[in-house]
Amino acid sequence: MKFTLFHLMPYADLDLSFTDTYPTCWTILPNSYYDPKKGAKLYNRYLDELEYGEELGYDILAVNEHHQNAYGIMPSPIVTAAALSRRTSRAEIAIIGSAIPLRDHPLTIAEEHAMIDNITEGRLISGFVRGIGAEYHSWGVSPAQSHDRFHEAHDLIIQAWTRTGPFAFEGKHYHFDYVNLWPRPYREPHPPVWIPSQGSQETIEWASHPDRRYMYCQTFSPWKAVKHHLNLYRESASRQGWEAGDDRLGWLLPIYVGETEAEAIKEAKPHFEAFRNKFLRMPFEMLLPPGYLSLASQQRVAAAKAQLSGDMTLEQAVDMGMIVVGDAESVRQKIEFFWKEIRLGNLLCLHQFGTLPADLTRANMERFAREVMPKLREVTGAAAAAAQ
Amino acid sequence: MTSHREETVTVAGCTIRVLRGGEGPTMLYLHGAGGLAGWAPFMERLAGSFDLWAPEHPGFGDTQDPAWLDTIHDEAYFYLSLMDRLDLREVHLVGMSIGGWLAAELAVRNTSRIASLTLCGASGLHVKGVPKGDFFMWEPEQRVRNSFHDQAVAERVLAQPVSEQQQRVNLRNQRTVALLAWNPRLYDPHLYKWLPRIDVPTHIVWADDDKILPLDYARAYEGLIPGSTVTVIEACGHLMHVEKPDVFADTVASFIAGAGS
Repeated sequence: MKFTLFHLMPYADLDLSFTDTYPTCWTILPNSYYDPKKGAKLYNRYLDELEYGEELGYDILAVNEHHQNAYGIMPSPIVTAAALSRRTSRAEIAIIGSAIPLRDHPLTIAEEHAMIDNITEGRLISGFVRGIGAEYHSWGVSPAQSHDRFHEAHDLIIQAWTRTGPFAFEGKHYHFDYVNLWPRPYREPHPPVWIPSQGSQETIEWASHPDRRYMYCQTFSPWKAVKHHLNLYRESASRQGWEAGDDRLGWLLPIYVGETEAEAIKEAKPHFEAFRNKFLRMPFEMLLPPGYLSLASQQRVAAAKAQLSGDMTLEQAVDMGMIVVGDAESVRQKIEFFWKEIRLGNLLCLHQFGTLPADLTRANMERFAREVMPKLREVTGAAAAAAQ
Repeated sequence: MTSHREETVTVAGCTIRVLRGGEGPTMLYLHGAGGLAGWAPFMERLAGSFDLWAPEHPGFGDTQDPAWLDTIHDEAYFYLSLMDRLDLREVHLVGMSIGGWLAAELAVRNTSRIASLTLCGASGLHVKGVPKGDFFMWEPEQRVRNSFHDQAVAERVLAQPVSEQQQRVNLRNQRTVALLAWNPRLYDPHLYKWLPRIDVPTHIVWADDDKILPLDYARAYEGLIPGSTVTVIEACGHLMHVEKPDVFADTVASFIAGAGS
């Protein structure tokens, strides 16, 4: 199993009473709520935490992209990945991912990822996402074209990375007469691609296509859904004629390791609940604008609407397996159980969530890296060796 | 009571549903973002004086998506072809909301089959500094409330049960509206340049309390279409044809009668 340290970079200093006036911290929350003095400190703190991840032994450091919100102040993961690329030397750097359909010029993504791959001498992992619904409101891109643009932008980027230029790319949404990427990516044929998703059937089938075989990563979800979707990936792969190895499957999981079980719950609770019930909260119309999902998916989700929009306590989230909280031994046991059930090869650890402050974040990372990670490596490594 | 019937028409490989009723001069009614719900009271009233055609646009309702549908222009060419195909002449073209935008797009291209144009709460333009109501951001109840002036009407609409089939159609209609009108939001940046080409009597009908497209948009159309006139329906919201069906139908019909066609 490989361990990724993932950071959402929330604006943790947000005045949480914003919910008295605004339904969400996305798209419509005035940016007067953002204090650059505090923001500057947060950026540097979060980058320090990621860099510390390399020291602690994480295999991969991961960043992502979100726009016009307090939930994650990383509108450009290129900036954060670039900042990490010269301050780290061993860990891979994953961008999970760039929201390619939001761009009118996805070639910039191909170029920027290729630059980072060159600067790090092949330590970049690329990832592509569609961006969440709110970002279609913010960016003015029609959600009804999201799937189409995603596929086409992806094809353009992969071709730009792998075909000798100049060549013409003749798409419906993107048409360029001269595609001739300088620099070409460092890794051959191109950086690995990860596809994070909430679990749409269409995305799983697409990612598991034999031409792609991309690592599929289930984002923040209940354990039941994780198991279902990761199995779906394996089934989809074998239906398409290949056997998906463990390394094709990942899960992005909030994890909090405390000194004791009771302390862990007490320390994580307010910060997780801020993450889930304040930072992540948004009206349905913002989350899922028309056309963002296929009609079939949209109908399914509409039926589960009430479940999506309610608040959740930490205890509920723990019961549903959306977060793992405990002392080192219980966290290890839980993750080992998950691993035995689905044999996922990538654990993406979210150790900072919501308002979780620097000291608790560091302590959490240290306990996980020192007391949990080595034992999990032992178990999963032994299984991999036995399989060979 | 005028009886109405349901027909289908196939143009450009796309089969659509058309509600049709009444006798008299031909009237083609182009529905708005909400789709073609059914034979409505205002249609019944108009069918008293016209041979009313109310088609369901490609991409709306329960029909298949045509591969060619990307923009409002595709819808406009579809209806130009439909009028050719059915050899409709002297058509009184009436468009509501997005249907009004569509009617305007159609009329700047070719008015040879059009006798008069009626734009009702029509999108299609952008007036700088006059924001449109962002109905994509509104919750379902808020969307209904903001469509009407009289909240008693809104209550009535909200109280109506929505079948599973209707829910599916609504999702699809909203998807198509997002395709046609998300960006640029509810307008075509080039339409205004060619509105002066319109050479048929044009009537602009607007609600005084339109929370999606404020009255400034009626004035903008009036300023761009030669000889056009504006009628404002008082104490009424965007969905005039639902809120005040009789006043709406009579307003539309009386202009056409007055235009002498």
